[in-house]
Amino acid sequence: MFYRENGQFKTSYQSDQQIFPITQDRLGVLAIIAFAFIGVPMIFDEYMMRAILIPFLILSLAALGVNILVGYCGQISLGSGAFMAVGAYAAYNTFVRIDGMPLIVALLSGGFFATLVGIVFGIPSLRVRGLYLSVATLAAQFFCDWAFLRIKWFTGDTASGSVAVSNLQVFGLPVETPVQKYIFCLAVLVVFGLLAKNLVRSAIGREWMAIRDMDVAASVIGIQPMYAKLSAFAVSSFIVGVAGALWGFVHLGSWEPAAFGVERSFQLLFMVILGGMGSIMGSFFGAAFIVILPIFLNQFLPAVGGLVGLEISTAAVSHAEFMIFGALIVWFLIVEPHGLARLWSVGKQKLRIWPFPH
Amino acid sequence: MKKRTLITAAAIAALGASSLVSTQAMAAQEQFFPMLVYRTGAYAPNGIPFANGMHDYYKLVNARGGINGVKLVVEECETGYATDRGVECYDRLKGKNGGATVFQPLSTGITFALTEKAPGDKIPLITSGYGRSESADGGVFKWNFPLAGTYWTGADVLVQHVAKTLGGMDKLKGKRIALVYHDSPYGKEPIPLLQERSAELGFKLDLLPVSHPGVEQKATWLQVRRNRPDYVFLWGWGVMNSTSIKEAVATGYPREKIYGVWWSGAEPDVKDVGAGAKGYQALAMQHSTGFDAPVVKEILQKVHGKGQGTGPKDEVGQVLYMRGLIAGMFAVEGVRAAQERFGKGKHVTGAQARWGYENLNLTQPKLDALGFKGVVRPLSTSCQDHMGSSHARIQTWDGKTWKITSDWYEADESVLKPMVKAAADKYAASKKLQRRTPADCQS
Repeated sequence: MFYRENGQFKTSYQSDQQIFPITQDRLGVLAIIAFAFIGVPMIFDEYMMRAILIPFLILSLAALGVNILVGYCGQISLGSGAFMAVGAYAAYNTFVRIDGMPLIVALLSGGFFATLVGIVFGIPSLRVRGLYLSVATLAAQFFCDWAFLRIKWFTGDTASGSVAVSNLQVFGLPVETPVQKYIFCLAVLVVFGLLAKNLVRSAIGREWMAIRDMDVAASVIGIQPMYAKLSAFAVSSFIVGVAGALWGFVHLGSWEPAAFGVERSFQLLFMVILGGMGSIMGSFFGAAFIVILPIFLNQFLPAVGGLVGLEISTAAVSHAEFMIFGALIVWFLIVEPHGLARLWSVGKQKLRIWPFPH
Repeated sequence: MKKRTLITAAAIAALGASSLVSTQAMAAQEQFFPMLVYRTGAYAPNGIPFANGMHDYYKLVNARGGINGVKLVVEECETGYATDRGVECYDRLKGKNGGATVFQPLSTGITFALTEKAPGDKIPLITSGYGRSESADGGVFKWNFPLAGTYWTGADVLVQHVAKTLGGMDKLKGKRIALVYHDSPYGKEPIPLLQERSAELGFKLDLLPVSHPGVEQKATWLQVRRNRPDYVFLWGWGVMNSTSIKEAVATGYPREKIYGVWWSGAEPDVKDVGAGAKGYQALAMQHSTGFDAPVVKEILQKVHGKGQGTGPKDEVGQVLYMRGLIAGMFAVEGVRAAQERFGKGKHVTGAQARWGYENLNLTQPKLDALGFKGVVRPLSTSCQDHMGSSHARIQTWDGKTWKITSDWYEADESVLKPMVKAAADKYAASKKLQRRTPADCQS
């Protein structure tokens, strides 16, 4: 009733090709973005900003990058943590070694070096696919873990291998307080989200999807598998690299290679699978699920226990958190194998015909 | 309908009761001590006794009547030894219950991350026996307190002890020492000092990293077997320690030649191997086990005796339990010192507590009164020296329990001081920080 596109006629190609052809969608997304920029900093406190929203934004960006590779191009990758690490350490080195380096350029250079590494480790995708490829990309993970632990030059010759940045600013504006950090991450995410959405709608995005659906057929109709696969690796690693740089610079402030271990790669892959492969929206759902749910459970369970007069020990909460989280993953995968994004679109479909479902 | 009304009524009653309790509590003076703990994961065997010791000490202080009447409020947050979860816990707890007094991360990785955040929030960090070694320099690291020892002092004491058993510092020349370390900021911390010492004294240093969590060490110990180092220094944590000792048994490397840091010398590390680990030696940071210490007896009586103990009773007095206890004592005594200046029996802020940690003066009579006789040596901090003491001893596992087997050692100031200063200056330069002025020391 409220949500239907009847009567919205497209009279030009431009209006037919816009990202959100339905007016309600467009207004809704604009409202969400406006709320995120203006409303959220006013409502939420520092803890929410620093501990939940900033990690959520940055990991959404990383999941977006992984989704391009895994969801759109069908190349399963377990090296995303490594590309994040490359982004973080490359950005660190450009930022620290070159005097007066602007933050944004440093972040983009993180993305650039991650792209190079991503292309190199994407080369096996030309010969192997599926599970075999995921094992090959795992090599990227182990190689980068090794490099950042062993090659002292990357970590600024610090004794412990832990590096730190401070005094961040963009165009003279400081990025120090939680609100500033949040706005900065949000701005980066919006820009990259828009870029990614447009990329997957364009010719190259269609090539990726053709490769994903059947690479032999795609090459028969004139798509070069090499170009399509490597470009997916490049774009994905760039976004993941920038996310890694943000994770180090903005979220942690001081980090060690363990922050980008193999668990991070799995986490990102699960975000994409749970959120919805081949869906920009799904990346956000997946990140929210993986980042926010454990922290929510960790605080919600003792609160519930306290309400019924039960004091749950820290260890029990932690174990329960893992169990409930695991059970929810299985449940969601059974109920909706196509991810949370699919649930979202089913919901939209239902809204469209509501209140007359037939 | 009736059922729902009942539930609603019960919920409202519960809410009302809880708010009543909290308002009552707020009337009395309170001091909030957050605890970052890990009771799960690969490091839990060692994290649990430490957390229990600290928690029990806070309970004991409350049973004794608080800090000059100010009651302690304690809340735990599980980090799982993961840096990002640790940062989340820090953000979660720092503003609760009137503001956090002090944080003790019990993880070198989390310490590095919080070192960047704590100055902005004006909350001190105690990293007793771990963390950044250069943070002993209070002139640069205003908010960090590596009380009673850092990894550099630990490594230096180990070198001194080995030299002593050989019969002199010059006897180390030509020897070969392997450092088997946890491949993280924690394990890498002692490397600069050992390198410095190896260049100075002429022993050869092999660096053998073990990746997290440390259950896979076959390759490392094959290298040990091939290189045949004269001594092995073990810098492990959690499951890595017991695995290392098992591998040493398997490769036939004499346990008497293995020296662990203080985080590698506790009951969980050797108890699985039992008699096989006999002869393994480790640093004792000030203390070893403390089954006979007066404070332990008091805890058994006043905390465990009332059924309020945090962990199992037989673990009270073990090495890591004692270390948790001591870390808790440092945190409380800093607040007591701060109360002397800012008002006895009053809540102190994090910034005021920082002054207390910086002007800590634990004399022997004070320690005796607290029940720490024979557990901790007298310790005093100052604006420049945030460590207070660098004394340590060696303890040996006799198959059943840890026994102190050496005299006191003190880290060599002539080696450490320039290194700490150089590293702190490097940190200050990278952060564009100025050294603190004498006026700042008074604040």
